[in-house]
Amino acid sequence: MIDIATIRKRAKRRKRTQRIGFSTLAMVTLITMVPIAMVVIYVFIQGLPAISWEFLTEQPREGMRAGGILPAIVGTFWLTLGTAVISVPLGVGAAIYLAEYASDNRWTRIIRVAIINLAGIPSVVYGLFGLGLFVLFLNFGTSILAGSLTLSIMTLPVIISTTEEALRAVPSSFRVVSISLGGTRWQTIRRIVLPQALPGIITGVILGLERAAGETAPILFTAAAFFLPRMPGSIFDATMALPYHLFVISTQVPGMPVKIQYGTALVLLVFVLGMNLIATLIRSRSRARRQW
Amino acid sequence: MRSVGWREFVITRLIRAAGYSSILFVGMIFIFLLREGAPAVVEIPFDTLFSERWYPIEDYFGILPLIGGSILVTIGAAVVAVPIGLATAIFIAEVAPRWLREILKPFVELLGGLPSVLLGFLGILVMAPLIRTTLNIPTGLTAFTGSLLLGGIAIPTIVSVAEDALDAVPRTYRDAALAMGATEWQTIWRVTLPAARSGVLTAIMLGIGRALGETMTVMMVTGNAPVLPLSPMALFEPARTMTATIAAEMGEVANGSVHYHSLFLIGIVLFLISLVINLAAASVVFRQRKRAERVLS
Amino acid sequence: MISEIPTPTPEMMPDASITPKIVVKDLQVVYSDGNESLRGINLVIPERAITVLFGPAGGGKSTFLRTLNRLNDLADVAEVSGHIWLDDVDILDSQIDTIALRRRVGIVFARPVVLPMSIRQNITYGLELAGERRASHLDEAVERSLKAAALWEEVHDRLNDPAVALSGGQQQRLCLARVLALEPEIILLDEPTSGLDPISTGKVELSLQELKQRYTIVLVPHSIQQAARVSDFAGFFLNGELVEYAPGKRIFTHPQDQRTEDYIEGRFG
Repeated sequence: MIDIATIRKRAKRRKRTQRIGFSTLAMVTLITMVPIAMVVIYVFIQGLPAISWEFLTEQPREGMRAGGILPAIVGTFWLTLGTAVISVPLGVGAAIYLAEYASDNRWTRIIRVAIINLAGIPSVVYGLFGLGLFVLFLNFGTSILAGSLTLSIMTLPVIISTTEEALRAVPSSFRVVSISLGGTRWQTIRRIVLPQALPGIITGVILGLERAAGETAPILFTAAAFFLPRMPGSIFDATMALPYHLFVISTQVPGMPVKIQYGTALVLLVFVLGMNLIATLIRSRSRARRQW
Repeated sequence: MRSVGWREFVITRLIRAAGYSSILFVGMIFIFLLREGAPAVVEIPFDTLFSERWYPIEDYFGILPLIGGSILVTIGAAVVAVPIGLATAIFIAEVAPRWLREILKPFVELLGGLPSVLLGFLGILVMAPLIRTTLNIPTGLTAFTGSLLLGGIAIPTIVSVAEDALDAVPRTYRDAALAMGATEWQTIWRVTLPAARSGVLTAIMLGIGRALGETMTVMMVTGNAPVLPLSPMALFEPARTMTATIAAEMGEVANGSVHYHSLFLIGIVLFLISLVINLAAASVVFRQRKRAERVLS
Repeated sequence: MISEIPTPTPEMMPDASITPKIVVKDLQVVYSDGNESLRGINLVIPERAITVLFGPAGGGKSTFLRTLNRLNDLADVAEVSGHIWLDDVDILDSQIDTIALRRRVGIVFARPVVLPMSIRQNITYGLELAGERRASHLDEAVERSLKAAALWEEVHDRLNDPAVALSGGQQQRLCLARVLALEPEIILLDEPTSGLDPISTGKVELSLQELKQRYTIVLVPHSIQQAARVSDFAGFFLNGELVEYAPGKRIFTHPQDQRTEDYIEGRFG
C-alpha cells in the first residue's frame, strides 16, 4: 500500500527533478547563445573604428597594411551575384521538379540522396572539384566564373530544400482548383504556386547565398587572388574576396594592423548579417500576411 | 495534349533537367576527384601512403597523421557539440515558450551562417591566447582550440535537425504520456526523445559530418603540424586535418605533380567519408518516412 | 483509337425519354493502394437535367465525379478501364485533350477553395488560362457568371477585394461562378453545400434549378433530403456499384431495390 503522503512526496520530488532539468537545459541553451551574441558584439566594437569612407572605397596600399578593401568587397559582390545567377534557376527548377512533377519512384529517391550528399560534401572538396573541372579542364582559369560555378553547386542543396519546402506549403487544393479550371501544370505553378511560395523561396535563396558569400575554401583555388589592387574587368578575371582577404591578412601577412583585420571582419559580418536579416524579415512579413 | 503548347513542353523539360542535375553534379565531382587523384595511388608506394610522415617536399606522403588529426579534432568537436546541441534542441522544441522559440531559432541559424573564416580569425586573435595562458601551454593553436570552434560550428546543424525531429513527434504522444500522470520532464525523456531517435541520430551524424568537412577554421587555429596523435594529450598540441592540408598546400603545388595528385587523393577520402555519413543519414530519413506513412495511413 | 458509342441499353437509362449527354460503359477504377473504387458502372447521364448520385460514404460517388473530367489523373489512381463518351468523344482515351475537357466539364468541390486573389480574378482565372485577354469579354463574363450564381448583388461593388474575405456561403457561390465563367457544358458538384448554412444552401439549390435549363448537372448531395429536393434523376451508389438508377420522383418514393429502400429509409449509411 502506498499512502497519500508518499504519493505527495514523490510528486514533489518529480516536480523538483523537472525544475532542475529545465533549468539545466536553459543554461546550456544560454551557453550556446551568449558566444554568438558576443562574437557579433565584439567584432562590431573592435571593427567600427576601422570603418571609414576611405576603408570601404579605396584600394589596399602598402602590401594591404593600409588603405581600403574595396576590391574585396566588389569581388564578393560579383561572386555572390554570379552564384545567384547560376544557382537560383537551377535550384528553384530542381525544387519545382521535386515538389510538383516527380512521382515517388526510385529515380526521385536517387535525386534526393544526391542532394543530401551535395549538402554534405566538405567545402574544400568543392574547391578541388572546381579546380579540376572549371579552372583546368574547361580552362576558365582562376576566375569569377569558375568561383561562381563552384559556389553555385555548393549552394544548390540549400536552395533546393528550402524552395521545395516553400512549394509544398502551398495548399494542394489550389492546384486541384487550377487544374480543374483547365490550367496546365505549368500555368498552375506559374500563376498560383510560385507567387504563393515566393517569400519562402526568396528567404531560402538569401540564406543559401549568405553561405556562399562567407565561404573561403571553395574559392581558394578557383577564384581568389591573394592581392589584386584593381577591379575585376570580366568574369574571366581572378578577384579578391572578403572572406579570403580576411584569411590572408590574419594569417599570411606579417605585421598586419589589427584594426584593419577587425575592420575587414566587420564588413564581412555585416554583409552576412544583412542578408540574414533580410531573409528573416521577409519570412516573418509573409507569414503575417498569408491568407491560408 | 494539344492545349499544352511547345512553351510548356520546353519548360517542363528544363525543370526535369534541373531536377536530375544534382545526380550529375555528384557524379562529376566524383569523376573529377578520381581523374586528378587516382594517379597518386600509382605514384606513391603503398607503405609510404600509410606511413606516419607527411612531408611532401621530401616525398613523404603518409596520410595517417592527417586522418588522425581529422579524427582527433572531430571527436573533440563532437564531445562539445552533441550534448550542447541536443540540450539546446530539446529546450527550443519542448521547453521554451513560443515567443522565445521565435527568437532562439533565427539566432541559431545566424550561428550557422557565420563565415568559418571569421570564427577562425577570432580563434587566432582571442581564443588561442586565452587557451595558451589558461592551460599554460607553449601555443594556443592546438587541436583543442580547433575542437571548441568546430563544436560551435556543428551545433547549429545538430540543433536544427534535432529540433525538426522533436517537432515532428505527434502531439498525441505527449498528451497520452501527460494524461497518464507523467511530468513534462519524464515525457521528454521517455516518450518524445525515443520517438524522435532516428532524427536525433541523423542530427548527430550530420553535425559530425559538418565538423569533419570544415576547413578554414581548423586550418587557422590548429597550428598545422601533421603529427599522428597517439595519446589524448595530443589534443593540446598542434594538429593538422585532411581539409586543412588540402587548403594550405594546394595553392603551392605544380599541377600534375605527385603532391598535387596526393591532395586530390585526400579529397577522395573526404568525399567518400561524407558520402558514407550522408547515405547513412539519408537511409535513416527514408526509413523514418516510410514508418510514418505506415502509421498515418 | 476511336471506339463506337454503343446504343444504350434500357438498364443504363434512368428514363426512356431522355437525350443522352454522357454514356458510361463498364467503368472500373482501382486506386494504387489496391482499393477498388468503382466496379462495372454503366449509365447514361441526360442532358439539361440534374442527375444526383447518392449513397453512403466511400461508395465511389466522388471518384466517379472526378473521372468525368479526368481530375483523377492527379490522384493515385492505378487503373481506369471502360469508356465514358461525352457526346461522341471517349474521354478516357489517352489521346484526348484533358485541358479542353476540363473547360467543358467544370467542378465545384465540397469545401469552397477560393484562389488567393481578388473576387474578379477568381472568375477570370480560367478564361485567362484559356488565353482570353479582352477586357470587355472578361468583364462581361464576371457579371454574367456572378449573376447566374446569385452572388452579383452581394459583391458587385467590391470585385477587387480578396476573395478570402467572403463568407463561406459566398465563397462557394464564387466557386460556382468561377466554373460558369468558362461556359462549360457540364457542371459537377461534389457535396457543394456540405459546409453551408441552410440559407446559403437554399440559394445554391435555387441557382441550380435555373442552371439546369442550360447545363447538364451532376450532383453528389450532402443529404438524402437534398437529393430528393433537387433531383431529376438519381442513382444509388453502394460499395463502388450503381445499384439503382431512375427518375428522382420514382426512386425516392418507390425504390425497386431492397438496398436502396433500406438506405433511403435510414436503416444504414
